[in-house]
Amino acid sequence: MSFIVENHRKGGIEINMAVWKFTSAQKAGTIKPQGEKQIVTTPGLVIRGALKYAVLIILSITFVLPLVWMAVSALKIDSQVYTVPPIWIPNPAHWNNFIDAWTAYNFNLYVFNTVVKYAVPVTFLTVASSSLVAYSFARLRWRSRNFLFAICLMTMMIPSQVTIIPLFITFKHLGWLNTYLPLVAPSLCGDAYFIFMLRQFFLTIPPDLSDAAKIDGCSEFGILWRIILPLSKPALAVVALFRFLWAWNDYFGPLIYLNQESQFTIALGIENLRREMEQIGSRLMAYPYLMAVSTIVTIPILIAFFFAQRTFIEGITLTGIKG
Amino acid sequence: MSSTIPGLKRPGMSLLDWRREAMGYLFASPWLIGFLMFTIYPLAASLYYSLTRYDLLRPPVWTGLANYQEIFTTDTTFRLVMSNTLFWVGLSAPLGVISAFLMAFMLNTRIVARSLFRSIFFFPSIVPVVVTAMVWQFLLNVQYGAINASLQALRLPVIPFLSSPVWVKPSLILIQIWAQGTAMVIFLATLQDVPRSLYEAATVDGANEVQKLLNITIPMCSPVILFNLVMAFIAGFQYFTLPWLLTQGGPNRASEFIAVYLYRNAFLFLNMGKASALAWVLFVVIITFTFLLFKGSGRFVFYSGESS
Repeated sequence: MSFIVENHRKGGIEINMAVWKFTSAQKAGTIKPQGEKQIVTTPGLVIRGALKYAVLIILSITFVLPLVWMAVSALKIDSQVYTVPPIWIPNPAHWNNFIDAWTAYNFNLYVFNTVVKYAVPVTFLTVASSSLVAYSFARLRWRSRNFLFAICLMTMMIPSQVTIIPLFITFKHLGWLNTYLPLVAPSLCGDAYFIFMLRQFFLTIPPDLSDAAKIDGCSEFGILWRIILPLSKPALAVVALFRFLWAWNDYFGPLIYLNQESQFTIALGIENLRREMEQIGSRLMAYPYLMAVSTIVTIPILIAFFFAQRTFIEGITLTGIKG
Repeated sequence: MSSTIPGLKRPGMSLLDWRREAMGYLFASPWLIGFLMFTIYPLAASLYYSLTRYDLLRPPVWTGLANYQEIFTTDTTFRLVMSNTLFWVGLSAPLGVISAFLMAFMLNTRIVARSLFRSIFFFPSIVPVVVTAMVWQFLLNVQYGAINASLQALRLPVIPFLSSPVWVKPSLILIQIWAQGTAMVIFLATLQDVPRSLYEAATVDGANEVQKLLNITIPMCSPVILFNLVMAFIAGFQYFTLPWLLTQGGPNRASEFIAVYLYRNAFLFLNMGKASALAWVLFVVIITFTFLLFKGSGRFVFYSGESS
């Protein structure tokens, strides 16, 4: 196991640090993307360029179409859903599908549950606990530090399937099923991915800053709070963004711990909608409604991605975090 | 890095050392507590449960290795599930990594609107997985799906993507490739990090594009290729949500992967003992595969930090 972490460090971490340095250098404009130098045009190059764009554009369309089809289908009624050839611009467009689908079930409640009971507390707690632990692993000097940090990295390799059964049993005994406690409580203890990422970031902050503060009588917590955290806003933004996104998208956790409709998250709500639509048999408006709700749920992510694209991309290049 | 290397220390710690030590543990205590409660305890407990028969209603009954024995001898479903899983991992992980690399490679050439293309290839990976499942189930549907409608419009035969045991795994791989933007973004950042001087030197020496790809780009990216491959393998072994939502393991158990089978045993059959045993089998398989990947890749992976 230690061998694996060793290699992880070689393969993943150092590379990722290089990436971090690279992205900051790119921001400062010191590194140009390669291949922007020679502008010699020969017929061969033109054909190759055209071919490249053709492939890229066809691929892009293939990647976008499923989501476009989702949005388009949300505007249809059953008779428009399946036609040969498919209808791309429904006429008439049934915009009220969005409201009808959303209100056919308690989706306002599901959004409230997902955001207020799950995503916000988990994001807040993860940022707080992970930065405390990362500070200890990055900036404090203590004997067992490197050993414990290696263990922390190793825990990332443990499949959740191994721990989920005893945790489920424990939470059941505690009477926590159908509450958000099983989903929220673990975030009090930090998340290995984010601890690792924040540690790497904290290491890049010059030690002189905290030394000076220490001489001025600042406590360790004061250094973290007044110096390290304010300088780490980009990294904290990555943590907050991804943790929120994971909660918004989470299916497995809620599937295990929540089964009362009043506690549903968005993901469970959508699955429930599908199940009931299938059971009704006639499948009346099943697909338009499903697509309408799916579209509504995806739009906030699209908006977030539009505004925080850099944070998304940097977060992923830093740690290889799952989207 | 650390000033306190065990063994080089003078015997006995000064007051300052003790304070440092306490501070370290204090700040790391959230993780330490979590490690004990959410990692060590569940690991030990699940090992124990795997040696029992436990249905949540009655207390666990010690059965020794019976669960493991059942899994490896009488349980024919497990054999099917394991071969499904190995097929899935063996195909989806390399294909996902190769497609991600190729897309990143294309984006790393001189093109306009690179970040637009990057966004388009990346975005599907942050769509909620439930939405991914709904959209693709709809697209691939035999009766109502847009892909089959298009095939019909072109007078081609209809393909039962998710309702035929033959097609279901290729269909899942298609979805997998659609949603693997994470690996592509990592590759792109790595590709941009390859020193230009290497390519310039190769150009001077008269190397063509293919030679540059094989002798510079791939070796320089090899640690990240390995990283992405390992991640894809680990995720592949735990593949649950999409097959569960799309096919519930069907048709004819063609998409019943080990994580699906484990979930079924634990939370539908309430067979916690057997499910725990399955989890440990999965864990051991993942560790073995990861280890073999690292061991076997030693010759092919180039760490630039080592040679310079």
